Amino acid sequence: MSIWHSVTLIRDKCKGCTTCIKHCPTEAIRVRRGKAVIVDERCVDCGRCIQVCPHHAKRAVCDSFDKLGDFAYNVALPAPSLYGQFHNLDDVNIVLEAFTKIGFDQVFEVSAAAEMISDATRRRMRSEERLPRPVISSACPAAVRIICQRFPRLIGHLANHVAPVDLAAMLARRAAVRETGLPPEKIGVFFITPCPAKATAVTNPVGLSHPVMDGALAMSEVYLRLLPAMKKVENPPQIATSGIMGIGWATSGGESAALLGESYIAVDGIENIIKVLEDVEDGKLPDVEFLELGACTQGCVGGCLTVENPFAAKARVKQLMKFLPVSRSRMTGEIETLSYMDTTLSHVPVWQFDTDMTTAMEKHARIETLRERLPGLDCASCGAPSCRSLAEDVVMGFASEEDCIFRMRERMMYLSGTGDAEQYLPPPFREQKK
Amino acid sequence: MPDIVRLHYDVDGDNFMAAGEASSTVKNVLKRLGIGEDMVRRAAICLYEGEINMVIHANGGTIDVSVSPQTIEMVLKDQGEGIPDIEQAMQEGFSTASDRVRDLGFGAGMGLPNMRRYADSLEVSSEPGQGTRVVMTLNIAPA
Repeated sequence: MSIWHSVTLIRDKCKGCTTCIKHCPTEAIRVRRGKAVIVDERCVDCGRCIQVCPHHAKRAVCDSFDKLGDFAYNVALPAPSLYGQFHNLDDVNIVLEAFTKIGFDQVFEVSAAAEMISDATRRRMRSEERLPRPVISSACPAAVRIICQRFPRLIGHLANHVAPVDLAAMLARRAAVRETGLPPEKIGVFFITPCPAKATAVTNPVGLSHPVMDGALAMSEVYLRLLPAMKKVENPPQIATSGIMGIGWATSGGESAALLGESYIAVDGIENIIKVLEDVEDGKLPDVEFLELGACTQGCVGGCLTVENPFAAKARVKQLMKFLPVSRSRMTGEIETLSYMDTTLSHVPVWQFDTDMTTAMEKHARIETLRERLPGLDCASCGAPSCRSLAEDVVMGFASEEDCIFRMRERMMYLSGTGDAEQYLPPPFREQKK
Repeated sequence: MPDIVRLHYDVDGDNFMAAGEASSTVKNVLKRLGIGEDMVRRAAICLYEGEINMVIHANGGTIDVSVSPQTIEMVLKDQGEGIPDIEQAMQEGFSTASDRVRDLGFGAGMGLPNMRRYADSLEVSSEPGQGTRVVMTLNIAPA
């Protein structure tokens, strides 16, 4: 099954080094014939490889601005992290008004929908004691995908609300239809995304059977268009409909703070997420009521499509919030029905050795035997991130034991004379097949 | 059918920070074998309780887990001072843990009762001064 991913390799720039494979939290990259290859089934679009690639050979594919031309009326959905990108911004309305000068007819703040979801979650956590604790945020698609792949027992803990941007998209389209009288398909709804995980979720939504947006535009590209447009905005109209609670979602801890509870933890960074999920699964965090997860450093402001460094962006968001009311958007009954997922999240068993348990056990035994024979250096010269992952690849049929340069050397010495150890090349360095 | 998957761990004595490592590792292997969530959870609880007991009372020990399509068998061995009265040790709330251990939040006397509750079978054999051997079995499928 091929899955569309925003995270993509730029072949010409890839030098076939092993940086990305060593950093990928889901071991979803291998180096073959001098180039990185992404394993679609495992990639969660977290963007770690984009951040670490020294050659800028990975990128987050988003839609082009030209796509606005396909629609009669266009609505922008800015993520709250956008507000942290600008120097000396003291009024969100300047950013929002500038959208009307770069090709959009309307703007709907994702932070307003975030405030509604916070409102509903807060109420549900107070009234529905039987929600499994901790309730886990479903706002970061990379985190949700990690849970579906590796922590199936925690799927039931995920809040079954759609992501704020999905709710924003549904509300924005409805409002635009009412305002213009156009059919819904003539309205273009575009997310201004801080990261590839959310760009992928525009096409493959989390917990929704159908996409609710028409495209994702990279925040970095939108930023460059907004800057000159913002300079022309004087006395902007009052467009903003969100307060501290909604805009706070831009950084790690904001979503939790909006729940007004005390026993929550907010985790940022994908490696940290995995560690904390292990602890939750092992029952080590019994007192935690709510678990906020964001794959990027400091939360969405750390997304690889943002412009400003996450720490500075966080400080700016904090500064902006000083002048805002606590909350300006509330969840109402009619909107609440829209805010629930319409499909059930399920286990994506990409980490299982096999779908048949007996075969899985046999494979595990072979993996362990092979792993013991490998040097344990985790040098990645074989194109896999570690000796253990090479052992898994060999047993799964994706690699050969002789891809290990040490194993190959031993073999050549054993065969003494029939092959030249000097000429041996591990897979990352082999010539491309003609 | 012979056991297919065998896992061995040495548990350090008195290292509270590392306690739980073996049960967490076993849990992750069981998950990747496709064993059901509930079974994985029960095995992890049993092993964790056993692991903690070895750290608290016996200065560490060894864990051997073997998994076949029918059963998960976990054998925990230590060279600690042993359990003089196993019946008494099985009672909820009974504990001989030191105040220091209790201050750390362990020693509530729920270890063995939890193991009995979550394992399909539990055998404890012990000789005072000779250590303790705990065998827990979980049935994946009817034999």
